Amino acid sequence: MNKKFTKILATSIAAAALTATLAGCGKGSASSSTEGSGEIALWTHNAGNPEELAAVQKIVDSYNGSQDNVKIRIQAFPQDSYNDSVVSAAAAGNLPCIVDIDGPNVPNWAWAGYLKPLELDADLSKHLPSTVAEWDGKPYAVGYYDVALAMMARASDLKAAGVRPATMEKPWTKEEFQDALSKLKALGTWEHPLDLGTAGTGEWLPYGYSPLLQSFGGDLVNRDGFQSAEGALNGDKAVEWAEWFRGLADQGFMAKKSGKDSTQDFLNNKSAIVYTGSWAGDKARAALGDDLVVMPPVDLGEGPKIGGASWQWGVTSGCSNAEAAMDYLSYSLKPENIAAVAKATGAIPASEEAAAQIPAFAQGGANRIFMDFSREYAVMRPETPAYPFIATEYGKAVQDILNGADAKSTLDNAVKAIDANIKSNGGYKN
Amino acid sequence: MKNQLLLKNAGTMLVRILFAVVAAFPIVFMLVSSLKPDQQIFGDMSSLAAFLPVGNISFDNYTAVFDRVPAARFLLNSVGVSAVTVILGIFVNSLCAFALSRMQVRGKKIVFTAILATLIVPFQTLALPLVWWVNQLPYFELNGFSLEFSKGWLDTYQVQIIPFIANAFSIYLFHQYFESIPKELDEAARIDGAGWFKIYRQVVMPLSGPATATVAILTFLPAWNSYLWPLMVVQSEELRPVMIGIQYFFQLNVSWGEVMAYASLITVPVVVLFIAFQRSFVNSIASSGVKG
Amino acid sequence: MATASLPTRPSPATPETALPPSNAKGKAPKTHSRPGFRREQLSGWGMIAPAALLLLAFIFIPAVLGFGLAFTNARLISPRPVEFVGVENFARLFSDPTFYRALLNVAYFTVVIVPVQSGLALVMALLINKKFRGVNFFRTVYFLPVVTSMVVVSLLWLFMYRKDGLINEILAAVSFGLIDGPDWLGDPNTAMPAIIILSIWQAAGFHMIIWLAGLQGISGELYEASQLDGTSRWQQFRYVTWPGLFHTRSLVLVTITIQALGLFDQISVMTQGGPMDSTTTIIYEAVQSGYRQQETSYASAISLVFFVLVLIVSAVQRYLTREKD
Repeated sequence: MNKKFTKILATSIAAAALTATLAGCGKGSASSSTEGSGEIALWTHNAGNPEELAAVQKIVDSYNGSQDNVKIRIQAFPQDSYNDSVVSAAAAGNLPCIVDIDGPNVPNWAWAGYLKPLELDADLSKHLPSTVAEWDGKPYAVGYYDVALAMMARASDLKAAGVRPATMEKPWTKEEFQDALSKLKALGTWEHPLDLGTAGTGEWLPYGYSPLLQSFGGDLVNRDGFQSAEGALNGDKAVEWAEWFRGLADQGFMAKKSGKDSTQDFLNNKSAIVYTGSWAGDKARAALGDDLVVMPPVDLGEGPKIGGASWQWGVTSGCSNAEAAMDYLSYSLKPENIAAVAKATGAIPASEEAAAQIPAFAQGGANRIFMDFSREYAVMRPETPAYPFIATEYGKAVQDILNGADAKSTLDNAVKAIDANIKSNGGYKN
Repeated sequence: MKNQLLLKNAGTMLVRILFAVVAAFPIVFMLVSSLKPDQQIFGDMSSLAAFLPVGNISFDNYTAVFDRVPAARFLLNSVGVSAVTVILGIFVNSLCAFALSRMQVRGKKIVFTAILATLIVPFQTLALPLVWWVNQLPYFELNGFSLEFSKGWLDTYQVQIIPFIANAFSIYLFHQYFESIPKELDEAARIDGAGWFKIYRQVVMPLSGPATATVAILTFLPAWNSYLWPLMVVQSEELRPVMIGIQYFFQLNVSWGEVMAYASLITVPVVVLFIAFQRSFVNSIASSGVKG
Repeated sequence: MATASLPTRPSPATPETALPPSNAKGKAPKTHSRPGFRREQLSGWGMIAPAALLLLAFIFIPAVLGFGLAFTNARLISPRPVEFVGVENFARLFSDPTFYRALLNVAYFTVVIVPVQSGLALVMALLINKKFRGVNFFRTVYFLPVVTSMVVVSLLWLFMYRKDGLINEILAAVSFGLIDGPDWLGDPNTAMPAIIILSIWQAAGFHMIIWLAGLQGISGELYEASQLDGTSRWQQFRYVTWPGLFHTRSLVLVTITIQALGLFDQISVMTQGGPMDSTTTIIYEAVQSGYRQQETSYASAISLVFFVLVLIVSAVQRYLTREKD
């Protein structure tokens, strides 16, 4: 027994030594504090998404090969927890030089002083407007791509139900949509003909559903100065939106909580119309071929609307080699690079030049329609530092309304919380 | 009479089996599903097949898991971090408990009360200030042959280990166990001229195998399962523990088969470890003074 | 999947109320003149120091930092200077209906979990207390859910609780199609019960072990004596087992209560507090405001209130379970 204990003790000492060794060589290479001479760290959100990561890696490799001054080093995080990881690092003052940010969060970051305004050689004026994030009149982040919301259906199903496919020239009106759903439901093929992705959480809720609200004429916040949500988020239009949205579930057109993967459910014929994004386009076309119809979202009064802005790149203010970081970003915005990433993600390339290099997005290509949606319908999520807060409040309101909460009082509460937050932050003024 | 007893025993066994089924079915479901393609997982759900490795069985999901996540590296990290936390935890906590239980240290009652008070602070509420705080701590780095100082523990192994070494529950378990070891043994050793550390090392600890096993398992589980903390403090992929890997599977196109495969992959080692130590663990906790 | 913040450091439990007063009794009076006194002090403190310093550094200091923040307007990331705002955060908290809903949910969860989980755990412990063939197998299986990470468990059950998931299929099968199960986590009426079932499933094994420890501590002679008197099984339980579990009872009570009050992991993975706040909890609200909404100071205020709440509950329990002489 005694010997055994000596052994345990010896093991612990060995372990302690091991910790010391681990510590010695165990300092991760991700943070800015270890950015040695000539190394720049870049954080991105696509761990677990090999295609996009590989495309970004390729740009970095070619940049590293093109000059001798700096080396860019990628650190990939899983998307779901990316924001938590980055915000923790920011709070601790440990950000890398280059970060990947979800577009609508850029004003919050810029306001908090974590980002530098971009000074790029690349000409951003030809980019899709929704791929450049501005705050206070200056660009702070730029993306390679955007995504677009759309409704997808099978042409055969629409025909069977006697429903006209919606087009950009003539989108469905609210009444037509109601009629289409009734007819599809009557076919009896689906328990819920419509899948709006109601199982989604987090950023999906404002991304997916605030355009519907905007199409009704409401909004997340008054965009004039961004000082209050009063009237925009709880006015008559907003209440109308909430009741309509809720009604879709009440009439049995959609599930209060859809499946985890709406696209897959649609392809498995569990729904007739799926409301999803351009990212699902290739997969759906591969499965359905010519039977697939991609339709613009419903015109609920103010025309079809979709959310603008996806993941974008920014340079942090603590970066000791901002010049090099800017140089890398300029390099990475070459059309062929943008095209490569857009191709890997199936997303809409940020510039026309890049689009020309991808057959699907070139004039007449199968995915061209998403690019048109983006140009025609995109509404930016409110460009205010209050956005992360507004997004959580709105997301919660959407879920509560869907589950039967009173529309007016739910929205009133959200407005109250948002206004209090804006006020307690001094109006988020610079 | 005998028949009645037999019947009773059979009834008890039936209840035992019932409980076992309830305890095991989700885990069996997880293991079995990890071998099936997604379509079949859903298809089998309505029948007993959900629990049977039938149909299109393969290790495809596991191959896919290794393609998507550096699973081997994550496992290695978790094994290392958990093992070091457990070993240092046993040492530090038993040492503290020894002094609190067997020595006449002035003020020890206050210390003990303060230690136990830490149990009611849930970790989640500490996490944010703690992130900021660990980033202020000094850090020693062996660079070639010179020791260098720098600031900030973020993105290291030690930030995953050191905050979790000292644990009030472990100290409590050791303390209670030490109380049950006759103090006369110490006296005898002291008469032989042994110092306190020698008594700890050669008298008390050798008798405390059960308590040690208990603390080992109870330290290992949270270390292996830690999730929120590494999410916040570890940025480099090469330092991430297993639980973070789960997030990799919730990108676009969730494949439940892969999720199940990864979940199995990170659960099975713990189960095997537990089975290996099962006897000494259950017996130990039984005698480790939790009876108070 | 917004499984963004799932802490998994179960604070196993707090046995402080179960402490026997063993330290105080029968010790020789301390005298400074006793030989080796100084050395004993020195080595004693030397041995306490590592653990004490670590706890000080990684629990006390952050806790104090956090509690200090509760009285300021600190944000997670913000260019604005941190200012002292007094009890403003608390005023806001106590006028927030969601906070009261969270309190209610936690109370509901705790009130159900404490008796049901400890009861089931005791039954399990009784089932595997005596040696029989296969006892190790059963002990292992009963403990299996405990060794499975709560994140994994929550994901697994999230999958099983779907409208067309395993649980509803099983319900339909055993009732011959009569029961059409609800969308467990999507319905405000069933979400919390669903969380409760899963939580009991995961944690009962842990408390089974504690009960088992207590059971094994009861002297076998007592059982033999009662058998000679010809008592029934129930009488044996009532008059031998139950009184013999006195200390274990308070330990189980305290550990389950603290675990229950801190409910978070399951909520974060499975429901995010919904539907309609029916599963939100105090800790979940704190994490939600602290990270997602970046309101660090408000989250600290929630934490402080939670801390006081646990203290009060512990004190009440300690009073109720005190040894009555």
